[in-house]
Amino acid sequence: MGALAEVAGDESNGEGSRTFVFENETHTLGNALKTIVARYPEVDFCGYTIPHPTENKLHFRIQSNRERAIDLLKRGLEDLEALCDHTIVTFEKEMNTFNAANAEST
Amino acid sequence: MPEERNQPLSYLNEFAIKQDPEDYGLADDVFSIEAFKQKLHIVVVRNDEDGLEFDMIGVYPAIANAFRRLMLSEVPSMAIEKVYIYNNTSIIQDEVLAHRMGLLPLKADPRLFSYRTEESPETGTEQDTLEFELKVRCTRRKDTLKDQAHFDDIYKNHKVYSGHLKWLPKGKQAQIYSESSVSCVHNDILITQLRPGHELDLRLIAVKGIGKDHAKFSPVATAYYRLLPQIELNREVTGKDAYLLQRCFSPGVIGIDENERAYVKDARYDSCSRNVFRYPQLMDAVTMARVRDHYIFNVESVGALKPEVIFVEAVKALKKKCRAFIDEIEAQ
Repeated sequence: MGALAEVAGDESNGEGSRTFVFENETHTLGNALKTIVARYPEVDFCGYTIPHPTENKLHFRIQSNRERAIDLLKRGLEDLEALCDHTIVTFEKEMNTFNAANAEST
Repeated sequence: MPEERNQPLSYLNEFAIKQDPEDYGLADDVFSIEAFKQKLHIVVVRNDEDGLEFDMIGVYPAIANAFRRLMLSEVPSMAIEKVYIYNNTSIIQDEVLAHRMGLLPLKADPRLFSYRTEESPETGTEQDTLEFELKVRCTRRKDTLKDQAHFDDIYKNHKVYSGHLKWLPKGKQAQIYSESSVSCVHNDILITQLRPGHELDLRLIAVKGIGKDHAKFSPVATAYYRLLPQIELNREVTGKDAYLLQRCFSPGVIGIDENERAYVKDARYDSCSRNVFRYPQLMDAVTMARVRDHYIFNVESVGALKPEVIFVEAVKALKKKCRAFIDEIEAQ
């Protein structure tokens, strides 16, 4: 696949600061992931940008003094995945109770 | 249930939007999946032929927006992608006709099909392609009387509808699907009009795609959210002013009791216009606000998938994205 890369130039700053490049991703993933990663206490800075509107690329920046940026990114993705799982479970449960209540009333 | 928690509000003032002084816009709280599970509430409000309405309470704006964007542009559906025109003597141009065909909503369940790949042949396979034909020829009715002027009486087939599409099953498709489960959602979409001698002879190829590529693949007619409005009366409003106040809001929002006293009946469906601020005698009577983490989602399907399925598919699409990148990081 190789849809994830790193922007060069951060090698001398330790493992905590990195800009990752996501291919074929948009604000959908970028903004959702940013709100999660930016709220980790270990993270000093987190932001994302789409450098050019005609290129399907997303730059995702993480800076931290305490942890490796790649670990924080992975944790963010795992949390977002868990969030999706929980949303599906909650939604389907609510849908079932709604349908059951509706079947009773009709 | 939502009344018990501390709701973050955005106040709608005459010219500005204000927040509570100690409210930092959810920006400084720490994310943990347990806290999210505690906070998230989903309540289904309505699910009928007009669409699905549900409340999502306790999420960040970016998450709610991601779900909305995913429903619009990342959930797949089937649509006509290629149109082979063997004959078109109608007055509508080939390219315009082809574009119109692409926009017809199809009933086929996209989950049962796969995307076309580079390897699949030009004509497609039974797993990734649906084929239709449209053969219509307009003729003059023989039994027409002289004084009849209505087109329906003098011409045959002068209006081409989406119902004229004929499904051509590929391979074993006829055993798995029926014509009614794959063809157009509506049979009465007018495609074009013909006159005697005009003829259409088309072969149509439908494939699976996503809304990011072309809007015709979007499974939703509309998918939007808004924040729950909250309206409070600061003082008693009676008599003539009560009726004036009622007219400042959407119908059904403000009620008037038997003592001609205005009260807030149901703020949910208010359009949040700030009409009250036009009347100096009413300005101080109301506090308008919106609950910042209470999203009212409205999802209206085009017809292939049910709205509740579209939402779940959207969340699954986001999950799949995350999984793909986690796997890539782990592989390094």
